[in-house]
Amino acid sequence: MASAAKKMLMDPFSDNNPITVQVLGICSALAVTVKLDTAIVMTLALTSVVSLSNVVISLLRNVIPAGIRMIVEMAVIASLVIIADQLLKAYLFDISKQLSVFVGLIITNCIVMGRAEAFALQNPPKESLLDGLGNGIGYGIILITVAAIREFIGFGTLYNFPVLPESYMGNGLVLLAPGAFIILGLLIWLQRTITKYVEE
Amino acid sequence: MREDTRTLVFAAGTCLVVSLLLSVTAAALKPAQVANEKLDVKKNIIKAFGVDISDKAEWTAVKIEDTFKTFIADATSEDGLKAYTWTDEGADAPSKYAFPIKGKGLWGDVYGYLALQSDLETIAGISFYKHAETPGLGAEIEKSWFQSQFKGKKLYEGGEPTEFAIVKPGAPLNDHSVDGISGATLTGKGVQAFIRSDAANYADYFNSIKEGK
Repeated sequence: MASAAKKMLMDPFSDNNPITVQVLGICSALAVTVKLDTAIVMTLALTSVVSLSNVVISLLRNVIPAGIRMIVEMAVIASLVIIADQLLKAYLFDISKQLSVFVGLIITNCIVMGRAEAFALQNPPKESLLDGLGNGIGYGIILITVAAIREFIGFGTLYNFPVLPESYMGNGLVLLAPGAFIILGLLIWLQRTITKYVEE
Repeated sequence: MREDTRTLVFAAGTCLVVSLLLSVTAAALKPAQVANEKLDVKKNIIKAFGVDISDKAEWTAVKIEDTFKTFIADATSEDGLKAYTWTDEGADAPSKYAFPIKGKGLWGDVYGYLALQSDLETIAGISFYKHAETPGLGAEIEKSWFQSQFKGKKLYEGGEPTEFAIVKPGAPLNDHSVDGISGATLTGKGVQAFIRSDAANYADYFNSIKEGK
């Protein structure tokens, strides 16, 4: 893979991570990370939406009239999200019940709109696809890490398999939003310490 | 002016393409979604009758449909109160009765089924299939430790609904109360309220069945 393309894909994993560096998509990072299975499905849903929306908007970038640019972007993103939600309801019913409104709320996830505005409007489809994939995966890495910590401390299980003895009581704090905030804050700290990223 | 026309045409075109795409998807996936929802309801009726369906590999869609067909019959009352009966293989009379329960939890409506033994007073099982409670707290209502407590408790006594209660965990229990969930007091209060009101709604219906026996 050419190094420019590699950078496009890998940059959002750490150096330019949408959650820990850009601090976008926090709402869903709190809401769907109680257990690993929902976090993984959410990652897949968001990655497909952001990749596809990047490609579509990149293809349309030279024909979208400037005055309605954002509305067209919203229409593309919203349609993709609805399709993803419908697919989950049809084929992964149990998980879609747990994710409830949060799949629909991908529409309002700043990562999707942010990538469309900041990247897909200026770049060709192939690069936009890579950028979308990278950002989806970067989002997913954090989501899955948070979910693994919360499920482990909160239930003593990982991916619904018990890893701690039956007698483990579980910790209710990490299951609530404040617990997720604390874990997310610690992750941001850790990540920025390693990459030496400083807010300007 | 030409630019305005182009904008309008583009907007109309986008709407057309997007709405076509969404209608096609919705129409194509509708059957699968409806089937999922129906199966989920059936699954929870079976669960309310006290059957252990936790083994997902064993309880496939086919097995759920089969069980539903073999044991369960619709016993909706003349005035439209929904109810189901469970008849054991070879038996003449139903051994259990189930009815839907529904009401407010903390965040939204909670839906479920509650089943009674053949005495029409003792609870045989309960299940919740749709709710928006907090995972790990209120959502514990769907866990077996919470639901299994209901078995053997009295919903009616002498034809009258009992004061069914969900109490603070650890508080003394009697034959019509169960432990609540720590950190989910309001979910518990909601569930207690709608179990009581639904029990009151169905009292006449169950009494009429009892008299008919």
